[in-house]
Amino acid sequence: MRDFSYSRATSADQARQAAIQSGAMLLAGGTTLLDLAKCGVFEPEAVIDITHLPGFSDIEMDAAGARIGALAKMGEVADHPAIRANFPAVSESLLLAASAQLRNMATVGGNLLQRTRCPYFRDPATFPACNKRSPGSGCSAIGGVTRNHAVLGTSEACIASYPGDLAVALVAFDASVDLGGRTVLADEFFLTPGDRPDRDTVIEPGEMIAGIVIPASPAAKNSTYLKVRDRQSYEFAAASAAVGLELEEDGRTVRDIRVALGGVATKPWRARAVEQALVGKALDAASVEKASRLAMEGAVSHGANRYKIELAPRVVARAILQMGGLA
Amino acid sequence: MTIMETRTKQGDASDGALGGRFSRLDGKLKITGGATYALEHPVEGLAYAVLVQSTIAAGRVVKVDTTKAEAAPGTLLVVTPETDLELKVASDWYGNRPDDQPYHPLPREVAFNGQAIAAVIAETLEQATEAARLVEVTYEETTAVASMDSPNAGEGKLVDQFNIAWGDAEEALAASPLRIEAEYSTPREYHVPIEPHGLTARWDGDRLTIWEPSQWTHGMARSYAELFGLPDENVRLLSPFIGGGFGSKAAVYAYGAVAAAVARRLGRPVKLAVTRPQNFTSYGGRAATRQTLELGANSDGILQAIVHRGASETSTYADFPEQTSAATPLMYAVPNFSSEHRLVPANTVMPGALRAPGKNPSAFGLECAMDELAYAAGVDPVEIRLRNYAEHDPQSGKPWSTRQMREALAAGSEAFGWAKRSFEPRSMRDGRQLIGWGVGCGTFPVLRAASEAMIRLLSDGTVEVVSGAIDMGQGTYTILAQTAAEALGVPVGQIDVRLGDSSLPGATVAGGSMLAGAITGAVHKAATAAREELIGLALNDANSPFRDTGANTLTVTDGRIAVPRGDGPSLTVAELMSATGRDLIETRRNTLPEADQGPEGHKRAWTTMTAIQGPTAGDYSMYSWCAHFVEVRVDEDFGTIRVSRIVSAFDCGRIYNPKLAESQWRGGIIMGIGQALLEEGLVDGRNGRVINNNLGDYLVATNADVPHIEVISVGIPDLNASVLGGKGVGEVGIVGVAPAIANAVFHATGKRVRDLPITLDKLI
Ligand SMILES: Cc1cc2nc3c(=O)[nH]c(=O)nc-3n(C[C@H](O)[C@H](O)[C@H](O)COP(=O)(O)OP(=O)(O)OC[C@H]3O[C@@H](n4cnc5c(N)ncnc54)[C@H](O)[C@@H]3O)c2cc1C
Ligand code: SF4
Repeated sequence: MRDFSYSRATSADQARQAAIQSGAMLLAGGTTLLDLAKCGVFEPEAVIDITHLPGFSDIEMDAAGARIGALAKMGEVADHPAIRANFPAVSESLLLAASAQLRNMATVGGNLLQRTRCPYFRDPATFPACNKRSPGSGCSAIGGVTRNHAVLGTSEACIASYPGDLAVALVAFDASVDLGGRTVLADEFFLTPGDRPDRDTVIEPGEMIAGIVIPASPAAKNSTYLKVRDRQSYEFAAASAAVGLELEEDGRTVRDIRVALGGVATKPWRARAVEQALVGKALDAASVEKASRLAMEGAVSHGANRYKIELAPRVVARAILQMGGLA
Repeated sequence: MTIMETRTKQGDASDGALGGRFSRLDGKLKITGGATYALEHPVEGLAYAVLVQSTIAAGRVVKVDTTKAEAAPGTLLVVTPETDLELKVASDWYGNRPDDQPYHPLPREVAFNGQAIAAVIAETLEQATEAARLVEVTYEETTAVASMDSPNAGEGKLVDQFNIAWGDAEEALAASPLRIEAEYSTPREYHVPIEPHGLTARWDGDRLTIWEPSQWTHGMARSYAELFGLPDENVRLLSPFIGGGFGSKAAVYAYGAVAAAVARRLGRPVKLAVTRPQNFTSYGGRAATRQTLELGANSDGILQAIVHRGASETSTYADFPEQTSAATPLMYAVPNFSSEHRLVPANTVMPGALRAPGKNPSAFGLECAMDELAYAAGVDPVEIRLRNYAEHDPQSGKPWSTRQMREALAAGSEAFGWAKRSFEPRSMRDGRQLIGWGVGCGTFPVLRAASEAMIRLLSDGTVEVVSGAIDMGQGTYTILAQTAAEALGVPVGQIDVRLGDSSLPGATVAGGSMLAGAITGAVHKAATAAREELIGLALNDANSPFRDTGANTLTVTDGRIAVPRGDGPSLTVAELMSATGRDLIETRRNTLPEADQGPEGHKRAWTTMTAIQGPTAGDYSMYSWCAHFVEVRVDEDFGTIRVSRIVSAFDCGRIYNPKLAESQWRGGIIMGIGQALLEEGLVDGRNGRVINNNLGDYLVATNADVPHIEVISVGIPDLNASVLGGKGVGEVGIVGVAPAIANAVFHATGKRVRDLPITLDKLI
């Protein structure tokens, strides 16, 4: 690990100022930053510790929705009564992520900015070619071991999946990311790789995530996060779905539905085609299963990740049926 | 080996008597952080070494540019294939050693991706880590065989000693009315001990001290001595606590040689911590295997023939066979048998021993195949095992010393409720969850070795048990205290056990599930001798209050010496020592036969594996046995498998401490869950790199993956197997778990998955 300077920011402005310098990186829980520094992927020259910034860990709830400070810990947010009551999918996405130790350490701001688990991205000494790490160098994953790579939103430059869980729930419920000077919809905060896979998000140097804003809605209140993986705990998703459902008074017709997918796409993936196919319709198993397949429109597999195209719609369908009381 | 009568006090209580459920003596130290592991041992003036590993699978190091690394802050030394570390090749496990052959732990020829080819030593770990990244290596690449599955790997070379045959298997197979044929495979699997490998090496003149986690202090100390041409006694290897070994910590590897050599060169103690990713290639895990099994049976499912062809992956520079036929010829009575095993060289680190080497993948093949046969014959899977019960060892022809396999199947079935199983696959469900029940059996040989121990009775009544044997969590400290307490008649709380130091009395390797049997024998012998000496002192010393009692023997119970009639004096050990003015009774005993006494015999017994006796060395065939009963729930849409219930019954002979034995069994079973469902080294076919070389991506079972596990002991003391009647406990637990799970998955889904791990993509 290269030597770096360490400073503790005392105000958000000071942190932003410091972060504008090239080679500077903000330190929150450090569970991504340290990990990638050890892998030789991150080589910060200056580490700016933001963990002591006052007021950035608050969790507030009012009629309009929730505001979660960027420095709130994953574990705290997951267990917060207002979050559990109004956004079960958000709470569950956090509880099903990482391990208890990591959730006690990691912040939600850092969580959004975690990097892909593409093994080629994480091993620069052996695999110099990685467009996400060094633009234009190529992609080592294509033609390699691709079981956990994305099937949606890929490009010729990069097929890495976005590994996080929380962001999937946020995208489903139209949450936005407060960057201090501007607020961006979570769905627009994350970028597909295109020909710039080095850019995961729209965040610019000198910007800092201040918090996350999640609007309240009946669909968010009646929601779930279903995460499927081989290991029962402490594994990234093979496929996951955040689903929220609001039914008409008849208890059958869909008034509002939100569907987003994780583990299968290069960014947290809102499946609007599934939503549109079901809004205004009466919920039944056959139509849900049919609609869920629309989530895979445009999916492309690379070798071993083909199973995701079969698996993901089943995960979506199960989550919808569960929320509709049909599974 | 002398067989001594064991006293029969069968404590079921936690009073520390042998056979009692006594808690681990080292447990509190470990959970409070008081146990110092090798790399935590404080040593003054340390320098830090970091390895540089190859990033190609095969070829030659043409150039190593160390300019930047040497210029980096804190760098003390950079060693490369250019550097002569002045080492000599040490003996292998069997004491074989080429004469005077130089050893290059950082070779110029690259045999696998992740091979150590350079090292940087610096003032701090961070500096060494950074400088190691600045080492620039130029290679000349040659074509690699990335794995045994690569198209260019070939079919491998036959291992003659593993050709096993009797009867005419091909003909009997052809004549059998029922035949099944299937291919099974297992991937590369890794030990992933929670304590990674590493060491600190310090020289004091020509004396070398090594702090390194070790399953074999004497064997490894000898290796270090030979590397440097030192007398064995000049090396002291300390390993009081070990954070898991599973077979990986019984040898000196290249990184150890490098650390000790650079410590000598720098004249400073050096610590080398192998990073977690480097652990995947600094020593070998379990080799990948594949095997084809053909079973022929009559229409009742009675076996007529087994034809077996297996292969395991090995390295290009040395061989380690993961014998796929280790269990195949033993488990069932079969009149015609033939088996062969091949080694397929690939550009990988030489594989190594991982919990139940050979037996584990072998049982995976055979126990799945028996399930397939059961279904072909329409016979219940437990019943088919009973119908083919081997009354004696089919391979050696010898009688079993003890084999409680029927009892294991019966007790396991009963506790599991097997009788309620419906035969048809896909016949049990709970909503979207398909439920399946499977059975799988396992075995592990009884290996026997000698060991040595010393007992010291101190004037304050404390008893020290001293041996170079080790405790890697399996409970050596605890059962030795129990053994000594039992033999001496002293409460367990009065006993201190000192282990894990090559300067202490000799012990065999903690491997092959034989240490407990070996070392309890030595401690029992030394403790019995100490007790006799104590009684002799009490009867004969002029100042002893027992001298005039007229008794010709005395009892020692609960730390008190007394006359058997109970009417004379009664003294504590301390009181007697003080009355007689003795401050020490010391006995040192080993369990070697007379012919092997003396320095040569001792060296052979403590530092090589040549003195180990196999399971059929005597008149009997001796094995531990087990039967696992497993329930799985498979999500029919997602293919996810959760093990929801396990009952396992074991025949491991006499159990010295049920609590510890049960932990060993459960640990093996949990490892088996990981093996069945999760564990797999993923190799990039283009450059032979193991790409999931960390604990986030190489998945082992977590607590959430582990259901309630009920374990049952059906063993009876086997005095042929060991002095005190125990058979091996540590490894057998994993054997048979993966096939039991695979069979349960078949029962749940109707689908046979014959290649491990059974991941969800194979079921949807
Ligand atoms: C083994 C393992 C398993 C995991 N499993 C899962 C999983 O199943 N699901 C899941 O969702 N996640 C998982 N994670 C990822 C984990 O949740 C993230 O590492 C964590 O949330 C990051 O938060 P942090 O506070 O530690 O971030 P840090 O490491 O401190 O920061 C991460 C990045 O974000 C930047 N940053 C941090 N805060 C801000 C801010 N406020 N504004 C701007 N930039 C900022 C940092 O500069 C850095 O680049 C896993 C991680 C590990 C190591
Ligand atoms: S998939 Fe993306 S992250 Fe992975 S190697 Fe290719 S470019 Fe790099």
